[in-house]
Amino acid sequence: MAEVSTQTQQATASHHEELNYLNENRGVKSWLLTVDHKRIGVMYFWTIMTMFFVGGVLALVLRTELLTPKRLLVDAQVYNQLFTLHGAIMTFLVLVPLIPATLGNFAMPIMLGAKDVAFPRLNLASYYIYVVGALMAVAAILGGGLDTGWTFYTPYSSTTSGGVGIMTMAAFVLGFSSILTGVNFIATIHKLRAPGMSWYNMPLFIWGMYATSLIQVLATPVIGITMVLLLMERIFQVGIFDANLGGDPVLFQHFFWFYSHPVVYIMILPGMAIISEVIPTFSQKTIFGYKPIAWSSVGIAVVGFLVWGHHLFVSGQSEFAAAVFSFITFLVAIPSGIKIWNWMATMYRGSISLKAPMLYAISFLLLFGIGGLTGLFLGALAVDVHLHDTYFIVAHFHYVMMGGTLIAFFAGVHYWWPKIYGRMYNEYWASIACLLVFLGFNGTFLPQFILGARGMPRRYYNYLDQFQPLHVASTIGSYILALGLVIMAVVLIAPLFRKRYDAPNNPWGAASLEWTVSSPAPTHNFHHDPVITHGPYDFKAARAAEKAGAHA
Amino acid sequence: MSDIAIPVGGQGGEHSAHSHPKFLQHHFHTAQQQFEASKLGMWLFLVTEILLFSGLFLGYFILQSKHPQAFIEAHHHLDRNLGLINTLVLLVSSFTMVMAVQSAALSKTKATLAFLYTTFTLGGVFMVIKYFEYSHKIHDGLLPGSLFSYAGAAVPGEYLFFSMYFMMTGVHGIHIIAGMGVIAYLIYRTHKGDYSSEYYTPVDLTGLYWHLVDLIWIYLFPLLYLVS
Repeated sequence: MAEVSTQTQQATASHHEELNYLNENRGVKSWLLTVDHKRIGVMYFWTIMTMFFVGGVLALVLRTELLTPKRLLVDAQVYNQLFTLHGAIMTFLVLVPLIPATLGNFAMPIMLGAKDVAFPRLNLASYYIYVVGALMAVAAILGGGLDTGWTFYTPYSSTTSGGVGIMTMAAFVLGFSSILTGVNFIATIHKLRAPGMSWYNMPLFIWGMYATSLIQVLATPVIGITMVLLLMERIFQVGIFDANLGGDPVLFQHFFWFYSHPVVYIMILPGMAIISEVIPTFSQKTIFGYKPIAWSSVGIAVVGFLVWGHHLFVSGQSEFAAAVFSFITFLVAIPSGIKIWNWMATMYRGSISLKAPMLYAISFLLLFGIGGLTGLFLGALAVDVHLHDTYFIVAHFHYVMMGGTLIAFFAGVHYWWPKIYGRMYNEYWASIACLLVFLGFNGTFLPQFILGARGMPRRYYNYLDQFQPLHVASTIGSYILALGLVIMAVVLIAPLFRKRYDAPNNPWGAASLEWTVSSPAPTHNFHHDPVITHGPYDFKAARAAEKAGAHA
Repeated sequence: MSDIAIPVGGQGGEHSAHSHPKFLQHHFHTAQQQFEASKLGMWLFLVTEILLFSGLFLGYFILQSKHPQAFIEAHHHLDRNLGLINTLVLLVSSFTMVMAVQSAALSKTKATLAFLYTTFTLGGVFMVIKYFEYSHKIHDGLLPGSLFSYAGAAVPGEYLFFSMYFMMTGVHGIHIIAGMGVIAYLIYRTHKGDYSSEYYTPVDLTGLYWHLVDLIWIYLFPLLYLVS
């Protein structure tokens, strides 16, 4: 791989006195009207975390209600609304924008050696569009709620009362925000790379962002028009999704999953992108198989568009179509397997340091491994008929979405936190939090695999008495998970009350460009245009360059 | 290392080496780079537009294949001549838009304004004709879904055709109105003298958008007015 270093040789000793993007402009207005990608990323971060908190509390209420087969906290109707809101908030408001809008916005332009994204004002607009979408979702909750499940299947969704209409419009608006981010990122990656930053010199995080953005641009418009059609169906009974009126409800499922399966890759690809940064850095070893990892991201993005039918195995789709979709679904395992294998090969004989980001990265490998492999069970036609709509599938996608995307996000947050806020967090307590999250997560969802295999259907308010022990185990697991998340939040927020910026420019010995600038990053990222002289995983060259910079 | 202390905020800083035109944003090195990024962004946006309409087209094809007879019967209520006139109006407006872009690229401000005004007017003509078509349908009760109240329907399911007709032409009409809004903004900026051969990116990009909206109509016209 090519050799790198940058000429942004800032003083390392007195950096806390320098101006940075946090303290150069002050006041609420300077934040609300900023076009700085870093500040927009930070605003996204806190907004999405607020939504994550709401979705998480809903999950805890659900799990608590499920402690017993009978009523404990809420009645069945409220229960239906709670799981719908948990799902809708976590997918549309948290997981879809989670990594690109926060860490992607913050780190990607610096990693490319650019001063900002291609369209900074559009970037700010996408944030406010997101906020509008989030407010609409809240309005749907307050205005009667909805109980369709986050999938909004017709004909129930087109006939039931409640906040379905405004929630679908919220999804439409949020889609806009997602599209604008995708367009912005693709244009940035194509046109704003620093001199010498060839495609294969880009950190793999950027490749992941690129593949994600492609899906955002190509899939999101379809959910937009689907939501409009659903709204029209509700208001005017236009007939397209209603069999009584001559339409086809399964068509809705096709439209919905044409977006919502690729959207799973909008969620997981950025997670994989973070892991591709963390593992080499904390193994101090060049990434193994750069090109296979880069292209497998694009491969997942492409194949991801051709598998939506595996959500419709029991919806009356033709058997031939189901068999084809099943086969293509298995193909997704190949690029995913390539990545896992390459990450492990990167760690092999590396000098591994088990700092918090790396602990999360290793958790990711284990949890995503389970999530991915159980996906193969569900992709197999005969097995799926048994497991369809059971807790098995609930456990499967939580292992992928939470065990994959969110755990990788946590790895990324711990990794870039010093660059974002310029302060180091307590490593010991961060590790404790990671351990609790890992144990609590498995405690919550491993029992659900067993429940599902034994026939416990998803979304049910009641269950047979024989399922209770596993439900109790799952609920206790969710409490441990919540405790871990609270500790993590405290660990990350506590250092922010310190006045001094105590984080060095490059606390982890990483080799990509964002670690050559001061912590927190300067307002315009680079005082001089960076010149790339070594690759993003050439740790030896990075150390040499840093040494030379310190002496200059 | 002497320049570490240079403040990086504001418009000051390091752009002294080459001349820095006011339209060039700080994070781009050259006008060329900014133009290419904007153009790429616009093309990506147009891709999303095509995919948005693709959902409607697919819905149309599926309903039509389920109810071919109803679609043939229903489409007789549309006025082919008005549809044809509107097609020609949009084709001419695409031409005037091209000329507007060309004039802007050659710094011919007066010609740019004339062509932009013409394009805007043609968009308006399209919408006026659409208005008359819509009022006729509304008067006859040829409306989508549950609103359909036309008494003389020969084949059941004709309302499905009008569901698709109103949704497709409606979404398209919204795009025409949005385009007219942007063209009005271009006219305002051209009056201020903001565009020249040095910088006319907004005119160029609006042109791309306008052509796409035109192109979609060219598909909508045979699909809705010439069913067989």
